Amino acid sequence: MDFADSPAEREFRLRLRDWLEDHNPGLPASSTDDDYWTGMAQWHRDLYDAGFFAMSWPTAIGGHGLESVYEAVADQELAAAGAPPRPSLGYLVWGILEHGNDDIKARLLPGIVNGRDRWCQGFSEPDAGSDLASLRTRATSDGNDYVITGHKVWTSYSDEAAWCLVLARTDNEAPKHKGISAFALAMDQPGVQRRPLRMINGTTKEFGEVVFDRVRVPAANMIGAPGDGWSLAMTVVSHEREPGELGYVARYGKLVTELVARVRKEPGGRFGPEQVRELAWAVVETEMLRLHVCRRLSDRLDGISHGPGGSVDKLLMTATEQTVGHAALSIGGTGLGGGDDTWLKAYLYSRAQSVMGGTSQIQRNLVARRILGLPVA
Amino acid sequence: MDVRLSPEQQALRDALSHAVDRLGPNTVADLDDAIRRSRLEAALSEAGWRELRSAGADATSPLASGVEVAIVAEELGRGLADAPFLGPTLAAELRRLAAAAPAEGPETVAFAPDLSGPARAVGGVVPAAVAVDAAGAHGALALVPGADGDLVAELAPGRAESHLDLTRPTSVTDPGLAPVPLAAPSVAVGEDAMARWTALGLALTCADLVGVMRGAIGLGCEYVSARRQYDAPVGSFQAVQHLLADAQVAMEGSRSVALHAAWAVDALGAPEALAAGALAKAYCARAARDVCEAVIQVHGGIGNTWDCLAHVYLRRALLSTDLFGGVGPNLGRVLEHQGIGAN
Repeated sequence: MDFADSPAEREFRLRLRDWLEDHNPGLPASSTDDDYWTGMAQWHRDLYDAGFFAMSWPTAIGGHGLESVYEAVADQELAAAGAPPRPSLGYLVWGILEHGNDDIKARLLPGIVNGRDRWCQGFSEPDAGSDLASLRTRATSDGNDYVITGHKVWTSYSDEAAWCLVLARTDNEAPKHKGISAFALAMDQPGVQRRPLRMINGTTKEFGEVVFDRVRVPAANMIGAPGDGWSLAMTVVSHEREPGELGYVARYGKLVTELVARVRKEPGGRFGPEQVRELAWAVVETEMLRLHVCRRLSDRLDGISHGPGGSVDKLLMTATEQTVGHAALSIGGTGLGGGDDTWLKAYLYSRAQSVMGGTSQIQRNLVARRILGLPVA
Repeated sequence: MDVRLSPEQQALRDALSHAVDRLGPNTVADLDDAIRRSRLEAALSEAGWRELRSAGADATSPLASGVEVAIVAEELGRGLADAPFLGPTLAAELRRLAAAAPAEGPETVAFAPDLSGPARAVGGVVPAAVAVDAAGAHGALALVPGADGDLVAELAPGRAESHLDLTRPTSVTDPGLAPVPLAAPSVAVGEDAMARWTALGLALTCADLVGVMRGAIGLGCEYVSARRQYDAPVGSFQAVQHLLADAQVAMEGSRSVALHAAWAVDALGAPEALAAGALAKAYCARAARDVCEAVIQVHGGIGNTWDCLAHVYLRRALLSTDLFGGVGPNLGRVLEHQGIGAN
């Protein structure tokens, strides 16, 4: 049991630290303005090209093939440097790695990993949110293609994405979890309509909805077999719930470091005990999450699983983000009276964390049934 | 980085787990079973688990790291083990830091009345002190401030009582006792060493709290799976499930910080080890109270009766929380480590 770096991890840490001195793009730590996502695309390519991204993914798809704990080292250094977090793509990568055939993996994964192809995830629909398996987007076989018609929502980065991982119903007769298939759909074609949504903090580049009207997808772009879409979706969402996969430790670390610096600069008086206490909890939660990620990524040395532990991670991550959000509001302020409103936007953005990737209520159901083994009604 | 338990550490955990499952109390009535208690006591003694922080072959470093003692503490907490561990372990650590000979009989530590730190003599006498894990202890260690640091000295522990934690009796020492310094060649314990001792205390109380949470959640899950209302187990209702799910999440977060605090005791510098312990303690103390309260709640009326084990977990958590300070003092330490003083 050892939280310390191995010599090789230490070497990696110092190399990244050194590189970050000259290459920190100085973006905000979360989606607080519309330039953020454009900046993140460039950051992804820079980080990848310098050899500091995809540390634990297979070399065949452009990764470095190292142990998952390298991701924890990277997060710590990114946070310490006040650099943006690494791009959150692991869930797509693991989903396609686990369920795609060799052709799919060779064609699609290198572009995701190296940041040249941007992707979005077409899962939720207006009438299929928490109850995802009731989705109604349909894919009908037509020669060598499938023809897809439907409406997706909460599709992050749909504006910018070249590809969409779409879940669609291919079999109306099968039970609802069994009739779903997954496709890689090229977004730049007729019949794809993208509609940005404005989030409560004002950003328009993250959230979106997409309408597909008779969009053609080659049958070769089906990921997994017909009817395997649900199991792919479960692999994707279980990783989408893991802060170790998302790299969010760096996001929270950067925010908290900036808030601590603000209070340090103003000793005595300006910040009251309640404000300072909120900051203390933000420090505690963020460090908890960093250590929890060390533990979870170490567990992967025994093999990577896609189990219900992700729901525990997601709830811990949500508590952290929202505690940091409260500290941001309390210490950073709302920006009224001429100050900047970045902290208000960071706070407002934090409210999405208990919904995205499955609501906190759904995560609690999963913890209760699949970890605690409580009875089903 | 590899924060999995080693095979040896897993074996230690399994041995403890087996011992407390076999010899720990399963009901409130079991707490009065003196024969069972003496068998648990004997099992701990024979295995040498209380001597893990005594000096090893080099007469300086401890026999085992903070991680091993935390493993023991967690399992004892989970099983509500009513045999001394925390007190004797912290006493052994004090003796080691003072380069003193091992204790001749069972020994523990005396704390200031608010339990936030060790008892200290003022003008040669200890005004009032609380000895933890007092059952069977022949002596309780306290500190006598000196020019080069704190001298370790011994007090008579007084009569053990169990009004807070039913598994770990405490005692109140007679007021105004003059502690007797440990025999030469013991040396004064400096500031850094005391910080590290506090870090060990924080790590051990965190581990105990994690164990208590695990045990309490297990008790709650068992009850709600069996208890039926509206023709269904109450554990099938989301309102009940979510209380226990939140408890499980709080326990897992606590486990991550507690593990780090235990590792930090020997692996980091004294100020960093203390900061790691303080951060873990703030998190675990808040979590443990929430978890134990939730477990009382899911038991309904039964949870508010003396004969339900739920309050035994809560009481144990309250003692472990107060030892070395609960949420408030440890959030203060966290802020201080961040360069933010009392505000």
